[in-house]
Amino acid sequence: MTPRLALTGISKRFAATAALADVSLELLAGEVHALVGENGAGKSTLVKILAGVHQPDEGSILLDGVATQIPGPAQSRALGIAVVHQEPRLFPDLTVAENVFIGHAPAGVAGTIDWRGMRRAAQALFAELDVQFDVGAPVRGLSMADQQLIEIAKALSVEASVLVLDEPTASLSAHEVERLFTIVRRLRDRGVAVLFVSHRLDEVFALCDRATVFRDGRHVITAPIAGLTTADLIRHMVGRTVSLFPKVDNPIGDVLLEVRGLSRVGVFRDVSFDVRAGEILGLAGLVGAGRSEVARVLFGIDRRDSGEVLLGGAPVDFSAPSAAMSAGIAYLPEDRHQQGLVLDFSIAQNVTLPILPRLFPRLLMRASTERSVASEHTAQFNVRMTGVDQEVGALSGGNQQKVVLAKWLAAGPRVLILDEPTRGIDIGAKVEVHRLIAQLAAKGLAIILISSDLPEILAMSDRIIVLHEGRVTAEISRAEATQERVMFAATGTGASRG
Amino acid sequence: MADAATPVRTGRRNWLLAVGRQRELSLLAIMFVLGGIVSLMAPQFLSVDNFSQVAVLASITAVAAIGEALVIITRGIDLSVEATIGLVAYAVARSLELHLVDPLGALAMGLAIGLGLGMVNGFIIAVLKVPAIVATLGTLSIFRGIDYVIAGPDQVPLAGLPPGFAHIARTDFLGIPVFVLATVGVVVVGSLLLRSTRFGRQIYAVGSNPEAAAILGIPSRRVVFTAYALCGALAGLAGVMWVIEFGTINGTAATGVTLAVVAAVVVGGVNTLGGSGTLAGAAIGALFLGFIANALILVGLSQFWLQAIYGLVILLAISSDQIIRRGVQRANTRSGTR
Repeated sequence: MTPRLALTGISKRFAATAALADVSLELLAGEVHALVGENGAGKSTLVKILAGVHQPDEGSILLDGVATQIPGPAQSRALGIAVVHQEPRLFPDLTVAENVFIGHAPAGVAGTIDWRGMRRAAQALFAELDVQFDVGAPVRGLSMADQQLIEIAKALSVEASVLVLDEPTASLSAHEVERLFTIVRRLRDRGVAVLFVSHRLDEVFALCDRATVFRDGRHVITAPIAGLTTADLIRHMVGRTVSLFPKVDNPIGDVLLEVRGLSRVGVFRDVSFDVRAGEILGLAGLVGAGRSEVARVLFGIDRRDSGEVLLGGAPVDFSAPSAAMSAGIAYLPEDRHQQGLVLDFSIAQNVTLPILPRLFPRLLMRASTERSVASEHTAQFNVRMTGVDQEVGALSGGNQQKVVLAKWLAAGPRVLILDEPTRGIDIGAKVEVHRLIAQLAAKGLAIILISSDLPEILAMSDRIIVLHEGRVTAEISRAEATQERVMFAATGTGASRG
Repeated sequence: MADAATPVRTGRRNWLLAVGRQRELSLLAIMFVLGGIVSLMAPQFLSVDNFSQVAVLASITAVAAIGEALVIITRGIDLSVEATIGLVAYAVARSLELHLVDPLGALAMGLAIGLGLGMVNGFIIAVLKVPAIVATLGTLSIFRGIDYVIAGPDQVPLAGLPPGFAHIARTDFLGIPVFVLATVGVVVVGSLLLRSTRFGRQIYAVGSNPEAAAILGIPSRRVVFTAYALCGALAGLAGVMWVIEFGTINGTAATGVTLAVVAAVVVGGVNTLGGSGTLAGAAIGALFLGFIANALILVGLSQFWLQAIYGLVILLAISSDQIIRRGVQRANTRSGTR
């Protein structure tokens, strides 16, 4: 039987990193095919190639046996490929029917839109899905689950033969997941080829016929789900090559930061842990597990709904990052371009930004003081630059990250929260950043390391807390930590299977 | 390694950056070349009288443009400057006519009214979080409306002002018109504020990356509020200068000036998306526009062309900015340093 969609030898590089290396995948008509892998395994890149967002550097795409290319989203749709993204991409001010038929509205007289025909067709689609919808209502205010159904109706409206669901259940309740599965099964029975990308292994077993595992941008295995166990899948997902990180054991001091029953409604619940001086606490979990969200509350960007935080034994409740900073907490955000750096500024200006009031308590600033403070703080980080006057935007990713680190350390924190500190930087710079983190711990800082890179978190952490869907599912000591154990907890299977 | 950019590529980027950065010099160079052409067609262009005339007129736009630049650097815009100028001009002129204030008091009064109106803008935008373009479109209409109500059909004639008041504009100090000195003073003080104070650094940070600024604990609301307040105060100063320059003031004074003010800022190289630009650039931008207006008259083109040419200059400035920015980005990605 000719596969509906066959990808062969697909490779895709972004600058220095290979997102996909020589992967192949076959999707059959009438199957639900799971695609699983750790964060950064290359699943999203593959989805984007199918959506026409990215072009593969190498490899071929066959649709019903015919070689084809997907140069853009419009072509992807025209080929009968419908991609439902994790976050529905709808127009909130347009009606449900308009969203379903956006770009291919039924034509009426003289090229105008046939509004009544459109509403009727939309109603027919939802009837087919067996759900009730007021197709004349605007999308704004509809639940995530409903918006996802609209995306699926959109896919049906173009008679898609390939349906790609990218983490569709991430924000759905159990009941909504069941409804989605019923619909997916019905589509499968009609001969649609479904690619189901998910972190939730229980769902993979409940819904899918076959599964493919990616690891580090490579294809590991494709097998019928009936012959696999959760343990098999996890074993294939982990086991990444470990690079050497210079973790040194240093004396661990008193508890600096205590988090007790911290909750933020709809984001995370009842999170408790503590961090000691000189300790690196790894915060592991899959994307969307709530790790960054916990960090944002600790740093005063978001507010908590309940629970308490003790810093050096005293309860604290920060209403703004400036308060957290002056209490001695620093947060290196996940997205260094968006949140970490002012790209128009020089290195010196970036480094001194958080400490301006302390550095220059009087009215005027002095460029020479600024430069010497910046030089002093960047020197220990080995930033490759022409000088502290160089614009930060012109540095490489790894060097930018070192500037962000230098910036926070200039503020002299006691607790340092690092959110994905090595994402997107080359391996050389990565090792250097790890060395720096170890040095900082040795100086007595309490460090919370959030990372999706399992080997990194295992190698760097003294202790690991694993979050799954906003809850702590495991606390694992350095000696006991293995990639499998962390991954079990991160996929929510840890609790039931130990 | 990614850091090992070849010199050639870096050279290209630096060249583009240099052109992009040195907007002030580029503008002066263009003025020099155009000036040469104009002087061939109209020799009187090169006279000292003509130069000081251009500079004095441009000073009013420049002072308002400096305030506008502060606001645009924070990613905002103030469309109400012309109404502030007009309202201040009428209020000051009437008060002088009624002998309620002396000339120095008039200056203080103008600054105070301008500051107050700017604070109204700042409150609506920074505290109530109304988008700047809508907020200041509203206050543009409100401030002008108040001006109409106060002024009615009346006007303050030149003769109503204290003797000598209107001559201040033409007064020289060390051979330089007082208006020009005042503008240079505002540029110097403002540039010092931007370059060498925390507030200045914060204004750029908020405009360049609001999200990072928030995470750094920069009080963005206070920064934005202050920018609008200062913009209002400078519009107030421009209003007082307006009275001095034109003498006869009615309720419609300075109508339509916002276009020239924003044009000056944009032409002067302030990024319309916020985060970068200098006050000297905005002032030179104003001078550039004044120079074009003057050249048009001398060459014998109709004044009616002015509006269209302002628009053209804005578009040219913005598109050249875009082209330079894209060039820099491309040079950056090619050398792999991003």
